Amino acid sequence: MSRLHDRLDRLKSENRKALITFITAGDPNPEVTVAALAGLVTGGADVLELGIPFSDPEADGPAIQASSERALAHRVTLPKVLEMVSAFRRHDDETPIVLMGYLNPVLTMGVATFAELAQGAGVDGLIMVNLPPEEAEEIAPLLQAHDIDLIYLVAPTTTAVRVRFIAERAQGFVYYVALKGITGANHIEVESVADKVTALKTTTDLPVMVGFGIKDGVSAKAAARCADGVVIGTVLVSIMGANKTTDTIVELLTECVRTIREALDA
Amino acid sequence: MSGSNRYEQPIAGHFGQHGGRFVAETLMHALDELTELYRSAQSDPVFRAELQHDLEQYVGRPTPLYFAERLTREIEGARIYLKREDLNHTGAHKINNTIGQGLLAKRMGKPRIIAETGAGQHGVATATVAARLGLTCRVYMGARDIQRQSLNVYRMKLLGAEVISVTSGSQTLKDAMNEAMRDWVTNVDDTHYIIGSVAGPHPYPMMVRDFQAVIGREARAQCLQAVGRLPDVLVACVGGGSNAMGLFYPFVDDPDVRMVGVEAAGLGLDTGRHAAPLNEGRVGVLHGARTYLMADADGQIMETHSISAGLDYPGVGPEHAYLKDIGRAEYGAVTDDEAMEAFRQLNRTEGIMPALESSHALAWVAQHVPAMDGDDVVIVNLSGRGDKDILSVAEIDGITL
Repeated sequence: MSRLHDRLDRLKSENRKALITFITAGDPNPEVTVAALAGLVTGGADVLELGIPFSDPEADGPAIQASSERALAHRVTLPKVLEMVSAFRRHDDETPIVLMGYLNPVLTMGVATFAELAQGAGVDGLIMVNLPPEEAEEIAPLLQAHDIDLIYLVAPTTTAVRVRFIAERAQGFVYYVALKGITGANHIEVESVADKVTALKTTTDLPVMVGFGIKDGVSAKAAARCADGVVIGTVLVSIMGANKTTDTIVELLTECVRTIREALDA
Repeated sequence: MSGSNRYEQPIAGHFGQHGGRFVAETLMHALDELTELYRSAQSDPVFRAELQHDLEQYVGRPTPLYFAERLTREIEGARIYLKREDLNHTGAHKINNTIGQGLLAKRMGKPRIIAETGAGQHGVATATVAARLGLTCRVYMGARDIQRQSLNVYRMKLLGAEVISVTSGSQTLKDAMNEAMRDWVTNVDDTHYIIGSVAGPHPYPMMVRDFQAVIGREARAQCLQAVGRLPDVLVACVGGGSNAMGLFYPFVDDPDVRMVGVEAAGLGLDTGRHAAPLNEGRVGVLHGARTYLMADADGQIMETHSISAGLDYPGVGPEHAYLKDIGRAEYGAVTDDEAMEAFRQLNRTEGIMPALESSHALAWVAQHVPAMDGDDVVIVNLSGRGDKDILSVAEIDGITL
């Protein structure tokens, strides 16, 4: 069993909602990341998504674009991201880490090489924003061979036929994108999300997490009513962008996650 | 690499290892829908008649295949013919595609269209079609390109389009495309995205190629009529590659016709400051497709350089990548300076002002035609006119207008 499966099973048995956090590796500088990840765990994060900086993040809003730019200014690319995961694992070998980003850096490293190195570093899952399952037939088995779950997204525009197609191939959890648009856009509409997620849950036994547009305790709690957990990203990344010192960033991240954790558990 | 250079028809938007559909899940349904609609339109006589009518009556097709006699005499070698896409309405080949996609948007009932643009020609062609069909239009353009193509920016505004200046990344065509994708992801219900090149996710490379293939079909018939046989060489500039693909495609099954795409070597291929992914790039995924890219050892997309905004792009249409892999087409590159030289030469010898993009194809001709046989026939795609570049050229000449 992987860290990710263990954690998700445990949450389910405890009847608790998963809180998944996203920050970009190397943002605002490479020294912050490992401490920031630990701070997120202290605040109550169950799963850590760590963004792989990319020069052309075409599905992301201004906040996450800017986080990529800040990280790339320090030349934080995929090999460095994996080093950061290794460093984090020296202190925490339980909290699952899911890398998230765009395909090109992974392709350039070579998928087989990536899978081997990522497993060695302690990565549990991978979300590729621009890799729908249709294009993943060669890639998915290479990742699976190293126990890395390839996690797919489902969007409001995904038809019922595609939902089944994706559910059949899904690993780890299913990530429901709560709104049409880029990361960090408007607040989600809870009603339509509830309908979609309820329908989605009939197609898969995997947990369904809701992300995009969740900004605070209120929206997290609302989104989590029908789902197994929520993903928060832009609100955390904005903290990273607005603050300079590692201590301040870690403190604010922990506080932000704690507030949302409390709302979810209330 | 395959042993034969025979062209195989693509399966589900893949051209060999290239192409495909590497996009966010939100767009997958819209792409399925567009593919389906395009297929049904293609076989619908009403749509075809409408397209044909617009190409004749609005765009002004067919464009001439012009024998450039003085240029031929000056360069000495093969006979040089120019496919005069510069004579289309709005001054470039781009409108062949926007007319087609505009009609598709209308068929889908989508009242809003968006586009990315580099040199502004695709933006102008999109704004033009939007005005004619009564659609709302927004064009994304890199801040740097807005500066060097200010005439086209104003044209788009006069046509009623909203031009959004993109200040992220290198502030050129690739960043405009990122921003257009973000818009589309957000407004996919009421918006059609008119991609201007044979790039992007399936079905765009196929669909844009089909709309542009009118260039090659006409050139083929015109050449048969003018010289009684097929041409020996086709030459076209390649940024994303739509004018080249449009010229090449009707000839892919004619093995004796040599096809040459010309990329932007910028300050020189050895300087790293260029936009020549087919010459110097590596295979990767950007903007929805697998293809050759200008990317660094970590897979980050590099900033490109070309004097021509329309060629200043780190990727290339996946079908070109495939034609290169199977050896059916070859891809050269010429520098900014060589393109400028060719720009002046065509002005001087033929009284035609080519776009800086098309000047790259002309520069290749100036370099390679002298080694050819006097009876050889070379067709150059004169993809656009150079009026839009006057300010850039004047600046190079140190003149303020």
